[in-house]
Parts: sequence; structure tokens; C-alpha cells
Amino acid sequence: MNRFLLPAGLFALLVAVLFIGIQRAPQKTVIPSALVGKPAPAFQAQRLIGEGRFDPASLRGQWWVMNVWGTWCPECRHEHEMLLEIARSEVLPLVGLNWKDDDQAARAWLDELGDPYDVVAVDRDSRIAIDWGVYGAPETFLIDDRGTVVHRHVGAMTREVWARDFLARLPKKPGVGG
Amino acid sequence: MIRSSFQGLGIVRAALLALALWASSPAAQAIDPVELQDPALQERYRALTHELRCMQCQNQSIADSPVGLAGDLRREVRELLLAGKTDAEVREHLSARYGDFILFRPRFTAATAWLWITPAALLLLGIVIAARIIRRRATLADSDPTEPDDRGDARA
Repeated sequence: MNRFLLPAGLFALLVAVLFIGIQRAPQKTVIPSALVGKPAPAFQAQRLIGEGRFDPASLRGQWWVMNVWGTWCPECRHEHEMLLEIARSEVLPLVGLNWKDDDQAARAWLDELGDPYDVVAVDRDSRIAIDWGVYGAPETFLIDDRGTVVHRHVGAMTREVWARDFLARLPKKPGVGG
Repeated sequence: MIRSSFQGLGIVRAALLALALWASSPAAQAIDPVELQDPALQERYRALTHELRCMQCQNQSIADSPVGLAGDLRREVRELLLAGKTDAEVREHLSARYGDFILFRPRFTAATAWLWITPAALLLLGIVIAARIIRRRATLADSDPTEPDDRGDARA
């Protein structure tokens, strides 16, 4: 009897380890950002629309959102309506990072579908995207008033994600409901 | 005799064929046409790009992947090497941005220690258990020769 105890115990342990592994597996398809809690990488980029360059340092002192997109990205089209809704709510400045795209195609996209962005920075050769650890589009970052990355969402923005992972992280303003 | 040597030849031929097929497969050929001038640097570049994960495809290295971002990451590695960074600094540069997930060979940290230790520990455990079983069988056989360890014997 006793000699079955050790193998049975080991087997139970193995089952427990594999079970925990399987339970956690779905979350592993989304890779956590290495940047959360760290300063948002600095950059200066050409604007898609209008003159001059955009520098996120100009947003210091306020919370803002950066959305990585491209016209080649089908999920970006899916989330576009939600981005327009976010823009209409005027809660946070929304910066677009147009990644590995064609300027004309990108402008045509915004003309056709509507432009939710306060400013769109252009990153044709991934230099900004690599600094931000971007590995696919769409990705959406939340940056706080001190320029720290608070959260990164991979995949299309939805109403649920926006409420749970973005709005819920904002500091509570006195007098403003919630 | 003749037949068996034929079989041996057949296996060798199959192995050669497999090798030839593998060598002509895309996995063996560099997707990357760029070569660095310095052969030593090129070798380090080749080794590094094979141990960095293509984040979009996840099961290929950036050396094997034709995806756009993999090409941009190869450029990043190239530029860092040309700027005189060490291999460790290149790995650090990319894992600071993409996390340890980009490294195919996990680093030894508190979180990954079990990953490195478990196989050796399990092997050791197996050896200990096997040794105990063998020793017990040996002593059993010595002390009780009438013990029927074979069913045919017991019935007879």
C-alpha cells in the first residue's frame, strides 16, 4: 500500500502542474508588455496630416492613449467604430501610430471611415514600433500624466476593454461622476 | 548478409535524401539577403537572429521569418552589432522592449529556475527510484529463492 503512495503523490502533482498550465494557457497568447510601469519611449515623428513633427513629450501632464494601426490590418477596421466613439467621448487625447503603411492609403482610410485621432504619427520603418515593443496591430497603450506606460491592450478595442482596462485606470476626478 | 547490407545502404540513402531535402528547404536558407562585411560580425548576427523569436509568428526565429517586423528586427540587430554592442547588450536591448518572450533560450531567473532545474531533478529522482527497486529485487531473490518470479515455474 505504502509503495503506491509516492508514485500516486507524484502523479497528483504532475496533474496539478499540467492543470494549472492549461488553465493559464489562453492568456499566454497575449504577451505582456515589457513597458508597463516604465517611461513611454520618446520619439519624434512626421505627422500624417498637417505640417511638422509630433513629439509625445508635448502631452506631458495629461493622460493619453496611443493606438497602433495600419490600413493592412483587418482588426483595425473592426475597432475603428469604437475608436470614433472614444474620440467623441473626449475623455483622453487619442494619438494614432500609423505603422508600416502608405501615407496616401492611410489618409484615404481616415477620409473614408472618419478620423478619431487628435494626431497621427507616421512610423514607416518600425523604429517607433520596436521601441514600444509592438508586435502586431492593433495595439493600444495607456500613458499617464508623468509619461509612464500604464497598460497595453493587444487586439481590437471594444467597449468592454475600454471600460475595464482604460477608463477604470484613470485617476478619479472630484466632481466628475465615477 | 547481402540483404542486410542493402538495407543499411537504403537507410544511408534515405538519410542523404532527407538531408538534401532539408538543405533545399526554406528553413535552411537565409531569408535575409543582407551580409555584414566582417565575417565575425556576420557569424554573431547569424547566431543572434536564430535565437530571437519572431513576435508575430512566435514559433519561428527572426532569421527564419519572412514577416515584415522580423525584417525590421533583423535590421535592429544589425545596427546594434555595427554600433559595437555585445551579444548580451543586443539581447538586453530587445528584451527590454519585447520582454523575455523574445528570447528563445530563457534566462535563468527566479521565474524560470524550475524550468532549468526540473529535468535534472526528475532524472535524479528516477535514478534513485530505479536503484531502490533493483536493490529490493536483488535482496528478494537472495533471501527467498522459492519466490515464484515466473508464472510458468510456479505452475509447474
